Amino acid sequence: MNVPSSPFPRRLAGVIRHPRVGIASRSLAAILGGYALAATTSSFLALALPMDRAQAVLTGMLVAIVAGACAALWAFAVRSALRAWIGIALPALLMGAGTVWLGPAA
Amino acid sequence: MKQSFRQSMAWLHTWTGLLVGWLLLLIFMAGTASYYREEISRWMRPEVPATTTRGPLAAERALQYLQRHAARAESWTVTLPDDRTGTLRMFWRNPESATPVDDGKRRGRRGGRFGDATVNPDTGEAIAARETRGGDFFYRLHFDLHYIPVVWARYLVGFCAMFMLVAIITGVITHKKIFKDFFTFRPGKGQRSWLDFHNVSAVMALPYHAMITYTGIVTLMFMYLPWGVKAAYPADEDAFFSAAFAQFGEPREAAGTPARGTDIARLLDASSRHWRGGEPGGFTVHHPGDAHAVVDVFQRTGKRLSIDTPSLRFDGVTGALLDAGPAPGGATRTRGVMYGLHLARFADPLLRLLFFLSGLAGCLMVASGVILWAIKERPGHLKAGRIGFGLRLVDALNIGTVAGLPIAFATYFLGNRLLPLAIAERASAEANVFFAAWAVALLAAFAWPKRAMWAWQLYAAALLFLLLPVVNALTTSTHLGVSLAQRDWVMAGFDLAMFALGAGLACAGRRMQRWQPPASAAARRRQSANVVDTGPAGAGA
Repeated sequence: MNVPSSPFPRRLAGVIRHPRVGIASRSLAAILGGYALAATTSSFLALALPMDRAQAVLTGMLVAIVAGACAALWAFAVRSALRAWIGIALPALLMGAGTVWLGPAA
Repeated sequence: MKQSFRQSMAWLHTWTGLLVGWLLLLIFMAGTASYYREEISRWMRPEVPATTTRGPLAAERALQYLQRHAARAESWTVTLPDDRTGTLRMFWRNPESATPVDDGKRRGRRGGRFGDATVNPDTGEAIAARETRGGDFFYRLHFDLHYIPVVWARYLVGFCAMFMLVAIITGVITHKKIFKDFFTFRPGKGQRSWLDFHNVSAVMALPYHAMITYTGIVTLMFMYLPWGVKAAYPADEDAFFSAAFAQFGEPREAAGTPARGTDIARLLDASSRHWRGGEPGGFTVHHPGDAHAVVDVFQRTGKRLSIDTPSLRFDGVTGALLDAGPAPGGATRTRGVMYGLHLARFADPLLRLLFFLSGLAGCLMVASGVILWAIKERPGHLKAGRIGFGLRLVDALNIGTVAGLPIAFATYFLGNRLLPLAIAERASAEANVFFAAWAVALLAAFAWPKRAMWAWQLYAAALLFLLLPVVNALTTSTHLGVSLAQRDWVMAGFDLAMFALGAGLACAGRRMQRWQPPASAAARRRQSANVVDTGPAGAGA
């Protein structure tokens, strides 16, 4: 990241790079992002799995719990907090979009 | 984080574990106790006699009792006695029109629409026992906590469970030598010993820990993740539940004309044959005494892994089999087995003991984990010359939960024996005793978070547990002298287990009292140089 030359953004960049901010950001990614990923995973699988609808809903939930836990590991395993957010938000957004696209089962 | 993958996972393990450790310990202890929920309930109601009647005869006595006391009910549900619970448990639903105006005192749910009774199958009479929640208190405490709204409690417990799941996965990743750790325990070496102990308690029961955490989340997943149901069944969530779980639809309407019910013994026998030997665990009678009566017989939960047990629907007058229920789908069965694994109702005595010991290993894992954090932190604080706020807080919480919770458990049992039988709201008074004892332990720990407090609280817990069989002998006629002679293993086993817990806690207190901080290598060298005349006695661990 290019550090801008003016003092305020530089200070801001300093704050952002402080390890505590990184940890707080990763924690939010793990907890909120992890839950969002679990929620979208369960909704998407409920609609997308080619099986009985009620069974798909249950399968989606059982898988989503694991997805949420993996998101927390990811948030603290990758090199930067930004990657942590991208790695969780992107699949969550994709599955959220997939859920909207598939629409409610009539 | 410019660290290796393993280092960052170790960091995550430390902090996820510490942040929820104390609440997790309460959840673990309550859950472990819940494996003996029925046995604890039995011990806490010493008035309930041991019974011998089982099966069809018990079912007939139940129906006779219900005909006398709940003839106008819409439905009766009876749970038959077994070896763990020797009583007939039944509840009934009164018709809306016959529901008395709620005077605020009626027991039962939904303002008196439900009635319930506990009946002795030998005599057919209701059993009057002291008012207590028994083992159900720990079962509810495990996921509903206490004093706070149930919904918040369940979210909080789920949050802790997710942290626990993450802590387990990261704990495994952190280990370079998970197999070797299984056989490694180096006692008397301070932090190293605690780490070894944490590893042994975690690794020894690792499959159990992973299973119990995941399946625990599964038990409440409809609450945590309602989004799949909302996406697939936006208009009607009930449609999902009946598609996924319901074995039968609503029973047929009542005819309004009375008819004599069929012989229940015949239905139980027919069910058992239909299940090829599967034992009936109870039944529900819809519209009892009506020409359109329907009887659902359900199989005993104790014989299958899954929590969902098969049921059969019979015509309550002719005895004809109406419906055997559809076969559940794969995901329904998977979820049922997960749920069943968590509750372990299928476990026979030996397997139940193994579950209990694994649960204890989990308690020890959590306890040694939070203690390990304090031990790792301490040298830095000692070097700085003063114990910082964070470490003091962790020390106090460690003492107040690791040693304080056993005090609360023992006091709860003592309260059951010592509280006057006639006081109002006795069951909640017992629960208050639990939390009052815990609060005292926590306050004492915050006032003086030192090693002496560890020893005192562990000794206090030991004393209370050792007192339990004695107080039981003084206040009831179901003490060891009687229960051992009668081979009543539930009562005797409870008292003996309390002795064992007390002895274990006393050993822990003694070790805590006598423990010396391990000297540094330099100090040991100095010491052995000083005592060189009398031999290197000071150099030993």
